[in-house]
Amino acid sequence: MNDNLNDNLVNINKLRLSFFTPAGEVKALNDVSLFVREGEVLGIVGESGSGKSVTAYTLMGLVPHPGRIINGEVMFNGHAVHLMKERELRKIRGNEVSIIFQDPMTSLNPLYTIGNQIMEVILLHTNKTRKEAKERARELLQLVGINEPEKRLKQYPHELSGGMRQRVMIAIALACEPKLLIADEPTTALDVTIQAQILELMMDLKKKLGMAIILITHDLGVVAGTCDRIAVMYGGKVVECGTTDEIFYNPSHEYTKGLLQSVPNIYEREHRKLVPIEGQPVDMLNPPAGCPFAPRCRSCMRICLRQMPAYTNLSDTHYSACWLLDKAKIEKESAILQTEGEAGNGE
Amino acid sequence: MENKKLVEVYNLKQYFPVSSGKLFQKKYVKAVDDVSFYINKGETLGLVGESGCGKTTTGRSILRLYEPTAGRIIYDGTDITRVNMLPYRRKMQIVFQDPYASLDPRMTVGDIVGEAIDIHKLAANKKERQERIIELLSLVGLNSEHANRYPHEFSGGQRQRVGIARALAVNPEFLVCDEPISALDVSIQAQVVNMFEELQEKMGLAYLFISHNLSVVKHISNRIGVMYLGKLVELAESDELTFHSVHPYTRSLISALLVADPVTARKTNRIFLEGEIPSPLNPPSGCRFRTRCPYATEMCAAEEPEFKEVSPGHYCACHHIDKVQ
Repeated sequence: MNDNLNDNLVNINKLRLSFFTPAGEVKALNDVSLFVREGEVLGIVGESGSGKSVTAYTLMGLVPHPGRIINGEVMFNGHAVHLMKERELRKIRGNEVSIIFQDPMTSLNPLYTIGNQIMEVILLHTNKTRKEAKERARELLQLVGINEPEKRLKQYPHELSGGMRQRVMIAIALACEPKLLIADEPTTALDVTIQAQILELMMDLKKKLGMAIILITHDLGVVAGTCDRIAVMYGGKVVECGTTDEIFYNPSHEYTKGLLQSVPNIYEREHRKLVPIEGQPVDMLNPPAGCPFAPRCRSCMRICLRQMPAYTNLSDTHYSACWLLDKAKIEKESAILQTEGEAGNGE
Repeated sequence: MENKKLVEVYNLKQYFPVSSGKLFQKKYVKAVDDVSFYINKGETLGLVGESGCGKTTTGRSILRLYEPTAGRIIYDGTDITRVNMLPYRRKMQIVFQDPYASLDPRMTVGDIVGEAIDIHKLAANKKERQERIIELLSLVGLNSEHANRYPHEFSGGQRQRVGIARALAVNPEFLVCDEPISALDVSIQAQVVNMFEELQEKMGLAYLFISHNLSVVKHISNRIGVMYLGKLVELAESDELTFHSVHPYTRSLISALLVADPVTARKTNRIFLEGEIPSPLNPPSGCRFRTRCPYATEMCAAEEPEFKEVSPGHYCACHHIDKVQ
């Protein structure tokens, strides 16, 4: 599954993370394993509550209260992030790994100018003087395609449009040329015409600067044209992972298949009825014992409700956790069930 | 499909006053400016555009949730622009975008759906009312026990179903769907889209389907209208608009679409627009799209293009249709 473990930029290994809420323990991440190679774009796709954002946040040591890592490791660029102290984390945040959020309005400080906010990162992580930092900020604005950078440096976030603000966020994130950029739904809050522009900009910058990107989204359209590999998450689990083409053209998990069938394609001339995934999203307070998708799955079997399937390798790059792929295991399990059933009858 | 016009809109204008900062001087945001279209019985008209283009305002003005500044709205042959709307509320309803904000958290789902039945006196007694509520809930895929629960006990998709049941309570003929699926999870969106289609088949509803998601609008609509800065710039049959659009704005919208197919996505040639949407307080003279249009000439600044038929059923407002093609 993971080739040459130590060469990867990111290695998340069997990560378990829970939120201890008054209503009970919410198992947000359940044995999540992922890796990202240097300079690669990994898409994490899933619906709200699937754990896609939390997974990426752990890479920056950002586990929101009342969450706690229970088990597993988060390795990034040689650091064991899950063991790091706040002080050490501050050194890598914004420097080696940075993040852009969904809503650029709420993630920029309304009281500081754009220039100030970009310079803050540079002054914190480098030995540059204020003058040099300002020069660098100007360069960065140019890099992200903002015209009249001199004027923009003095402006406040409210004076910019949504697309511009997201560009500023990207400029801040890239100020120290990080090795990894986490983009958490970077285009969701933007208008349709701007979305493609921002994605194109990110891919352009990736080519120029060579950083790796983790792109978190619920929109299959966002990952289709941008990612090298895609991990599909559901109910705190990575249910399937493969190259973009493998996920789109050879999906093996029932959830991935369902997701692909439920979105309309504008270029289809015939009216195809959408195939929705029936049922409601998982209740993370009371997740099912087996596969989290089992209650909504069209091909759900008895074993799916009882036990989580292990990963099956479909190619060097493609793996998926579904009992349907694991005939041998099913047969073995059904044998156990049978003996249990016989024992039950005997009582 | 019957080709009888159910809703006709002529030269609809909706201006909102804003203070300009100067005393005694009022300025207006021209949210919708001179828009005309019609919707046939049992038909779905999609309305797409960027945020702030006036698509939601258009939907609300048709229902007279705002008092239109000018123009005429005809419903089933009657001019309803200045009449008492109460009898027409039974025929025209709306489903809102955010199912978290549009349901009263202190009312049970049964009462939310039943409120319209009470107002329009559609049930003779309590038993009949209860039966009707259960019938409506089952119509949208919920069951009778849900009637006694409160909105917070439901997921987003289920809440949107409640919102739809509420709109259907009066047996309407026309529904304005204002971004009804954009607040829902991807796997739930298809459920709701399919439900809209099934309800239309069953009850012969006409929809005005407002959304910024062109793929979904194309899927559900018979015809699609594209709005830009308060103006309708193009309107055509869904397939015609998708494959043979003529307005440069529509073309850029379609090219900017993120298609969930890697091969198509890799070879798409995107047409990026320059600049930002101008403020609706001071829209550009002439054609409103000219500031961002690659084909713009002096003529576009001087003269507003007419919204005219370019081929049967295909309307477009642009001076340079021949150049675009």
